[in-house]
Amino acid sequence: VPDKHTQHKSKYTADRMIPGAFEGETVTRRRFMTGTAHTAGAIAAASFALPALGFAGVGNVHVGRLVELDVEDPEQLRPMCEKLLANPLVEDYEIELLDSGG
Amino acid sequence: VKFGVLQFPGSCDEVDALAAARLVGDAELIWHRDRSLDGADAIVVPGGFSYGDYLRAGAIARFSPAMESVIAFARDGGPVLGICNGFQVLCEARLLPGALLGNANLRFTSRQVELEVLLSGGTFTGACVLGERLSIPAKHAWGRWYADEETLARMDRSGQFVLRYAPGENFNGSVLDIAGVCNERGNVFGMMPHPEHAVEELIGGSTDGLRIFESMRLAVEGARA
Repeated sequence: VPDKHTQHKSKYTADRMIPGAFEGETVTRRRFMTGTAHTAGAIAAASFALPALGFAGVGNVHVGRLVELDVEDPEQLRPMCEKLLANPLVEDYEIELLDSGG
Repeated sequence: VKFGVLQFPGSCDEVDALAAARLVGDAELIWHRDRSLDGADAIVVPGGFSYGDYLRAGAIARFSPAMESVIAFARDGGPVLGICNGFQVLCEARLLPGALLGNANLRFTSRQVELEVLLSGGTFTGACVLGERLSIPAKHAWGRWYADEETLARMDRSGQFVLRYAPGENFNGSVLDIAGVCNERGNVFGMMPHPEHAVEELIGGSTDGLRIFESMRLAVEGARA
């Protein structure tokens, strides 16, 4: 009779030493979440770590995004931002044209 | 009643959604590159991290061939449920109003939440009673639903607020404590908590999530009758 109180050894749990993980799939998901929480992590790190380093009066930390690209027709930039690169409902964007020097 | 559950690279709750849908009807997965919805009567856009959440959660999935078909399906009045990342995809596709921002607590949070039903008799809460509480798990970092004042007023008038976090349960900072919203027509619905994770007593102790799937089944059958 299998004893349900016995800790079952899973190679995934053993390999990765993640407490509370009991099956391989759970481990995979947790690792994935860790990876994709990057942006939120950057914000959290900035807002917690800056005061810890002695920078007082820090609030409303936002980590933004810079997209650099070459484009033949600059008229396309605004629709690109509206349709994909930014979500105009919650994000502002600015377009800066740099001379390619070519 | 046949449910179609979308599957993107990076989806991770599609199998749970499939299993939940199979408790009330038939269900099949739909790969993101397939344009055919395979005769599905209802669509579930599941949770996860479609396309690695690159750019913004849901921003790339919204342009997949399967989503193009789902957008057409929704415009024809077909019922579409978006869960978590699926909610984000539906907002990015402009099938639902507003957008999802980073949680107010700045952290990925996983916990059971109590929800209040604000709308009964609709496609997604037809099996619920107005004001009743549902206990459903939530797990996300980008779940703070936001819409501007004008949109909120318009949605309130047309009864598009479907689920609300019960007092003290709004950990992500969503505006007006809103947990789930539908479009004006009422056939597209998105929610951040995961009803597909609350369908078996054995796992988590709550079967309240099943009501959402049951409501969809009733709505499809009602439309046929």
